[in-house]
Amino acid sequence: MPKTLFDKIWESHVVHTESSGSTLLYIDRHLIHEVTSPQAFEGLRLTHRKVRRPDLTFATMDHNVPTEDRFNIKDPISRAQIEALEQNCRDFGIKLYDLKSTQQGIVHVIGPELGLTLPGTTIVCGDSHTSTHGAFGALAFGIGTSEVEHVLATQCLVQKRPKTFQVEFTGQLPKGVRSKDLILKLIGQIGTAGATGHVLEYTGPAIRALSMEARMTVCNMSIEAGAKAGLIAPDDTTVQYLTGREFVPKAKQFDQSALYWKSLVSDPGASYDRTLTINASELAPQVTWGTNPGMVMDVTGVIPAPDKVPGISVRDAERAMEYMGLKPGTKIEDIAIDTVFIGSCTNSRIEDLRAAAQIFKDKKVNTKVRTLIVPGSQQVKRQAESEGLDKIFRAAGADWRESGCSMCLAMNPDQLQPEERCASTSNRNFEGRQGKGGRTHLVSPEMAAAAAIAGHFVDIRKWL
Amino acid sequence: MTPFKSHRGIIATLDRENVDTDQIIPKQFLKSIKRTGYGESLFFDWRYLPDGKHDPQFELNAPKFKGTTILVTRNNFGCGSSREHAVWALVQYGFKTIIAPRKEAIPAFADIFRNNSGKNGLLTIELKPEEVDEIFQMVARQPKAEMTINLEEQRVTLHLPEEISFHFEIDKVVKEHLVKGLDEIGLSLQKEAAIGRYETQSNAQAFWK
Repeated sequence: MPKTLFDKIWESHVVHTESSGSTLLYIDRHLIHEVTSPQAFEGLRLTHRKVRRPDLTFATMDHNVPTEDRFNIKDPISRAQIEALEQNCRDFGIKLYDLKSTQQGIVHVIGPELGLTLPGTTIVCGDSHTSTHGAFGALAFGIGTSEVEHVLATQCLVQKRPKTFQVEFTGQLPKGVRSKDLILKLIGQIGTAGATGHVLEYTGPAIRALSMEARMTVCNMSIEAGAKAGLIAPDDTTVQYLTGREFVPKAKQFDQSALYWKSLVSDPGASYDRTLTINASELAPQVTWGTNPGMVMDVTGVIPAPDKVPGISVRDAERAMEYMGLKPGTKIEDIAIDTVFIGSCTNSRIEDLRAAAQIFKDKKVNTKVRTLIVPGSQQVKRQAESEGLDKIFRAAGADWRESGCSMCLAMNPDQLQPEERCASTSNRNFEGRQGKGGRTHLVSPEMAAAAAIAGHFVDIRKWL
Repeated sequence: MTPFKSHRGIIATLDRENVDTDQIIPKQFLKSIKRTGYGESLFFDWRYLPDGKHDPQFELNAPKFKGTTILVTRNNFGCGSSREHAVWALVQYGFKTIIAPRKEAIPAFADIFRNNSGKNGLLTIELKPEEVDEIFQMVARQPKAEMTINLEEQRVTLHLPEEISFHFEIDKVVKEHLVKGLDEIGLSLQKEAAIGRYETQSNAQAFWK
């Protein structure tokens, strides 16, 4: 019987299946960070359990890390959480990329960079954006702290087989339209729970044409459609990206691995539980207007009346508009912003920074706008600086920072003040996500850069 | 984990869809390395005014919901971040059960939230939209309305002057774990031999392990 890519990865990781259908699934890579792991280690200590495979467990610190003066964490509670991770990694023999490491960064940026993320593997992390790693054809998903403890103790997880959902993107993305727009469009179409219980597989020529960085942006936001994971089948682009990375097999073993990786595609005629086709050629740059990523529209759009928002109740639409300080009839391009954030596990990789730099080159950030540009990792930072991107950002009047989660979730000093309005390349526009009372509009890196210069949203296609 | 067989308690209603885990517990409370102390911070930004007083506009602050242990809400509850702190906060506030409706093909709860709930003895129940609507109407009419949840029989019963019952479906593995209060890690560790065999086999096949 023809199999999907998901079927192939799932079946090669089954340790045991109960008659109930409950499956013990083997986990190849366990990534941990400081926020969702301390209680899991505490659980191990209380039950006198060990970490089964410290060699398959990798840690970094990202959520609490200040992006200025990073060695001086002023918040004592943040500092204690960072120190707890250091202690736990020492006690249990786990490799930690700490603040002193030249490879530290956002967990979903460094996994692929180091070559820890490989096609056909299973990857988990106590973080919902673990779906990012699906860009390599790895089955990768976020878990809670109890499951982190379970993986630490057993290197396995108890799972029920999810359903599959193919989204085919035909055509090609027009100029000025990025993979961020593609995934935002999908979430807008199916809603923030549209893929709950499913693993999404993205297929079609518009996906094949994407770089690995762009594919990571797509898979990263799979969780915003409620999906368990997002998958893209490996191809030459994937193999090329992996070549020479630290944890990737070398020489002859690489060649043999590459053959296996490229076999990880859905067979012709394989059936999915659901399918959907979207023509990428018809897409426009997207801007979210509400308080979840499904509340999104084309940059050319106008804020609708609360009773004219498809799939959202009038009360919830009214509540979102009130929180966002937006009135029906307002054009997206007329919305003024005071903050721009370019970063996060969604859009902080070198390609994202290059795209933003192209827009900032020889231009100035609007005097009313505070602009933060935060590389996803120390490696990205060094690469950007070697290309002179930092100079372009600084010359434009933007802040160039150290790597971390930064203003994506405001667990560190980078936060919005109440009623500040931000064009952000991150992944969630929930109430208070970037700081209590802060207003977030999700956009691509180019759209964020253009908004920083203009002081309001602009249709980036007019600038290209 | 404490076994969950049946429970009777006061119902509270929260008439909002897509309640995300950032609302259930905002980010500043995720810095703790402890497993306790989250109940006071549940729905923090909705629950408290800037001066720290309870916001009377927020549903759960209504006196009629004092002492509630059963939350009835809308579709896609618990979406967003994987933070288990959201479940800890709900449990430590006093909730034993969350009830939400399926919406056409869309399950009542986000996946990771539902998983996290099961590991902490918090029962998530999916009902039909019309059943949840009925509960909302009943609770609006009768303050301090109570409900009994019988997990073994998969039934919820509203105690009004008359009694109204609804049947619910639940994954049988999740049900068994809740009813017996099982330690999942302990159960998986009983399969250590199978895990070891899997590792030996797959190590022979993959270069990167």
